[in-house]
Amino acid sequence: MTQAQKVSTEEAGVDRFKFIDDIIEEHGKSPESLIPVLIDIQEESGYVAPEVQKKTAEKLDVPASRVHSVVSFYSYFSSEPQGDHTIGLCMGTACYAKGAGDVLDELKDELDVEEGGTSENGTFSLSVRRCLGACAMAPVMMVDDKVYGNLTPDGLTEILDEYRD
Amino acid sequence: MMPEDSDKNPAGSPKDDQVKIMVCAGTGCKSSGSMDIFDQLKEEIEELDGEVKIGLLSDNGHGDLDEVEVEISGCHGFCDEGPLVRIDPMGILYTNVEVEDVESIVNMTVKKGELAENLCYRSADGEVFPKEEEIPFYRGQQRMVLGNCGKIDPESIESYEATGGYSALEKAMTEMSPKEVWREVLDANLRGRGGAGFPTGRKWQFAYEEEADQKYVIANCDEGDPGAFMDRSLTEGDPHRVIEGLATAGYATGASQGFIYVRAEYPLAVKRMNKAIDDAYEAGYLGEDIFGSGFSFDMKVKRGAGAFVCGEETALISSLEGEAGRPHPRPPYPAHSGLYDKPTTINNVETLGNVPMIIQNGADWFLDIGNENSPGTKTFAITGDVQNTGLIEVPMGLTLREIIYDVAGGIDSENEFKAVQIGGPSGGCLPDKHLDIPLDFDSLQEVGAMVGSGGLVVMDEESCMVDVAKFFLNFIQDESCGKCTPCRDGTKRMLELLEKLTAGEGEDGDIAKLEELSNYIKEASICGLGQTAPNPVLSTLKYFRDEYEAHLNDECPAGVCFD
Repeated sequence: MTQAQKVSTEEAGVDRFKFIDDIIEEHGKSPESLIPVLIDIQEESGYVAPEVQKKTAEKLDVPASRVHSVVSFYSYFSSEPQGDHTIGLCMGTACYAKGAGDVLDELKDELDVEEGGTSENGTFSLSVRRCLGACAMAPVMMVDDKVYGNLTPDGLTEILDEYRD
Repeated sequence: MMPEDSDKNPAGSPKDDQVKIMVCAGTGCKSSGSMDIFDQLKEEIEELDGEVKIGLLSDNGHGDLDEVEVEISGCHGFCDEGPLVRIDPMGILYTNVEVEDVESIVNMTVKKGELAENLCYRSADGEVFPKEEEIPFYRGQQRMVLGNCGKIDPESIESYEATGGYSALEKAMTEMSPKEVWREVLDANLRGRGGAGFPTGRKWQFAYEEEADQKYVIANCDEGDPGAFMDRSLTEGDPHRVIEGLATAGYATGASQGFIYVRAEYPLAVKRMNKAIDDAYEAGYLGEDIFGSGFSFDMKVKRGAGAFVCGEETALISSLEGEAGRPHPRPPYPAHSGLYDKPTTINNVETLGNVPMIIQNGADWFLDIGNENSPGTKTFAITGDVQNTGLIEVPMGLTLREIIYDVAGGIDSENEFKAVQIGGPSGGCLPDKHLDIPLDFDSLQEVGAMVGSGGLVVMDEESCMVDVAKFFLNFIQDESCGKCTPCRDGTKRMLELLEKLTAGEGEDGDIAKLEELSNYIKEASICGLGQTAPNPVLSTLKYFRDEYEAHLNDECPAGVCFD
């Protein structure tokens, strides 16, 4: 790597992590802001990349291990890039009793992904969630922030089409 | 079961002379497109140019009125029939409304004062119920904590004030000492609605008696129990009630800072709580020197990040401190040393929702509702294989049979009832023979279940109890924080045994192993999650042992396993 390249990477690096400063400013620079800061990073970027975790640790002055422990502990965070849209299928008791298992199988089939995976074209990530609290509409899933209820395996294509280009 | 004098109930509908058309904007109705209905209604009503007359009103002695407001409301709990549209002051409820129905609501009901009968709830035998309160689903209920949900605009503080909102906080702060406040709550015998049923007034007393430069109160809205959504409905549908309850707790215990810990899965609840807090500051119910009492109190929403164990109070505290939410052994109890090692009181949001009514009406009023050792009401989320799924609030002590058959309309098919799962992963499955026990904190424990947060999942004969037990163990395995061995490894071993059984690979002795492990895990786990984790297995073993034994012979009576 030439000196010029190195400098430009560093400059890009400074820019790349600038958004973390903005988020930290909003929540206050203290260790207890860690979770709110990470939530915002997750929402803004769709994931919390390992290098972002390290930078956040430096900026908040907490050990990197603590940031990693928080990111890996809570299911809200992901350390890998996600698809453009996140599908969270509920697997709470009511959904389970109302056939969410069949819906999951159909989703995996239709998107050709496994639980926790992202479809090849990068449009959807599929995750299984623990009760979305919309049990009266079971089975339920969320696509990004929108809730869909009374799901049937047959009705999935129509919903997914709303998000396909 | 309704209170005799409904005027005494501060949760009654707003006594406004204005006609209000309220479109439910709870998560359930929104998912069925209620916001499109709201937009369309609003547009068409505005086009009417004030020339409106709702004839239905004259029957109710309200005379002719010419103003109609279109508003949003919180969740009615009758999500199954959504999107819902309520018209007040008549109390009409339109169900399963679609955008195309807006025209008939405007042309028939608003312009001519006629009922759109096709939009009214119709029972299985064809009877039409125009009014919300007369629908069988609501008749057996006593909606107090949820009294405003579905009837007021949750995003309007004026709407809450019109129901008498914040007058309990004013009474507490201007007419009562902190000690009198916790004493009133203690005398009312309000017990924690999060599941354990510990007396709330006692919790407040412990924190009150601590000497400290800083104390905290926390509203626990980390509703992780699968099958429960009362906390979500309350925070989405009546957020100011939670603020009023929490500020009262702050005053009673001497805490100047409150947090509302809301789980990440509830974005709408976070949004509504944040707006409500801003409005409460603006109105002077939060901040410096509230009601001139000299008492100052701040409040903030803190979002969880998706960990079931954070509903446990010591784990919740770790999470608020910015750590992974792992519990630690008690003592010390949070009342003594909690958030940042300061005295901390943690109450479930439904518990706090009861507080304003108790302060306003007194302990004796509260003691008259429900049953002797569990006064008041309890909200339950009734779901699964029943006719009417949704969120209900009933006096403590009603039986499971009354709830399942009278309120929820019984099983939704020709199938037979098999079990009701109550209390989430910490609770148990009860068979038909226990449907007549009263639903209260103590009676349920006697039969190996618990009220828990109030999730009731009804299952018919097509559900396999071994598979259900496996489902819960799977959940627990996923959500165990990993700190203590009995919970982390013990539940893993239990899950493996259940996987063997449901795959037709069970061996003699597996059932005994399950029981043995269950007992170890109950005894030796650090926190409530582990201590109650074996309950779904123990209760199904107790009441459906024959199903386990059938699996040893490669038979699944419900036809679920070995496909």
